[in-house]
Amino acid sequence: MQITADHVTSFLQLVAERVKEQREYLTRLDAAIGDADHGVNLDRGFSTVMSKLPTATDRSISGLLKLTGMTLISTVGGASGPLYGTAFLRAGTAIGDRATIGAEELIAALSAALEGIQTRGKATRGEKTMIDAIAPAVDALKEQYAASGDLLAAMRAAVAACEQGMIATEPMLATKGRASYLGERSIGHRDPGAASAFLMAQAMLATLERAAQG
Amino acid sequence: MKKLINAPENVVKEALAGMAIAHADLIDVHFDPDYIVRKGAPHNKVGVISGGGSGHEPMHGGFVGYGMLDAACPGAVFTSPVPDQMLAATKAVNGGKGVLHIVKNYTGDVMNFEMAAELAAAEGIEVASVVTNDDVAVENSTWTAGRRGVGVTVLLEKIVGAAAEAGADLATCKAIAERVNANGRSMGMALTPCTVPQAGKPGFELAEDEMEVGIGIHGEPGRRREKIAPARDIAEMLASPILDDLPFKSGDAVLAFVNGMGGTPLIELYLMYNELARILKDRNITIARSLVGSYITSLEMAGVSFTLLRLDDEMVKLWDAPVHTPALRWGM
Repeated sequence: MQITADHVTSFLQLVAERVKEQREYLTRLDAAIGDADHGVNLDRGFSTVMSKLPTATDRSISGLLKLTGMTLISTVGGASGPLYGTAFLRAGTAIGDRATIGAEELIAALSAALEGIQTRGKATRGEKTMIDAIAPAVDALKEQYAASGDLLAAMRAAVAACEQGMIATEPMLATKGRASYLGERSIGHRDPGAASAFLMAQAMLATLERAAQG
Repeated sequence: MKKLINAPENVVKEALAGMAIAHADLIDVHFDPDYIVRKGAPHNKVGVISGGGSGHEPMHGGFVGYGMLDAACPGAVFTSPVPDQMLAATKAVNGGKGVLHIVKNYTGDVMNFEMAAELAAAEGIEVASVVTNDDVAVENSTWTAGRRGVGVTVLLEKIVGAAAEAGADLATCKAIAERVNANGRSMGMALTPCTVPQAGKPGFELAEDEMEVGIGIHGEPGRRREKIAPARDIAEMLASPILDDLPFKSGDAVLAFVNGMGGTPLIELYLMYNELARILKDRNITIARSLVGSYITSLEMAGVSFTLLRLDDEMVKLWDAPVHTPALRWGM
């Protein structure tokens, strides 16, 4: 399967829709252990991405990803703006000027995105952040693709790992981000960043499934 | 939710527009990217800028003017501003002597200011940064993102602003800022939560007889919840961890700052100041300067924070220097 710029556009549209739908849910998660703005901020960012897409001059895969990254950095604020923004920028840079990409390039782009988040956020696994959902997903994607050579099956495994990772943030004690100020009171709540990362993983799988159907 | 607003998403811009008209003699407000800048910028001195989420008014925009900040970048309510804002503000205040970024220690603020500083450096502007982290309610940085920047930020902006106004270079301004941060400690508590306009619901709930101790400034819950107590006990609860942390010692001279969280009447702040003064007297600590009022707030939250800053002669001189901003004015 080859992924095209149109697929990337569909993915971005789907993320924007899902974020808008789940705005209250994400904000509610953030109210419990943060400052009640995650859904609102991400929705503002992806809505702006949607408004910029029609007039984008560079419509290559990397062009769209970089536009998304720059827009998120400029509009989201908080920690999630720089983190997701950096992720999209790094993914775009990893893809370079390829017109279409296959499984290997997609995996490389997602690995670069994860690395960008870790560098910008100075966080590692187990600290109750979005990394706890994204890192297991990237691992599962790599392992399953190496074993089966089937990108769709590997992406399903990645989304399952992402969901498990998101749920696994619930009993964690936050040691990074604003939730860390709550100490033990952060335990028992799902991390909002892990939840938004899971929404994006689901959107990626849905996009690939549609692409596979032609 | 009951608020004096038109639409939740327009609160920040409409408030900025009002500020621009109310203080047209002191500041200009630039939109998209949003920043408040001192009239006549850039000035022939080190530029001093700060920024953070909105909802803490008068911080930071109310401190833009002579002897304090050159620019302030307001984000959405309780949300860090974005790098575009800090970059534009940095350029606007750069008089060729460099720009100091005053950043409160929150993950988002630190990341966004870092990105802006990188972009400004790439354009050839000398930028130095200081991160405030004075909140003793956050016990350590091994298990957290580090102590939050709270009340000391206000005092630091005044003191460093005076130094920059007097012609101190960038390295000196940064050194003074670090000294202020190192000698200041704060702690706060809430009687009521607050509601972010776009969230529509309070950030947490408190029963009539409960209070939240060790809060930050973003309507987030604190370290622990307790039954409400007399003011003298609450004052002790806030002052003791501050005094023990630095620690402040017998014979020290301090600036005592009693700050309202937004919904606290001044009568209660003065009552709390009286308690704090008694505690300090018992420990033989002299109050050399004071500040009482709501300067770093959390929307309509009722509550109070204490900040103590151990003073040296230079800090006193800089604190006393003239200042003329929308929210602080003396000596001119």
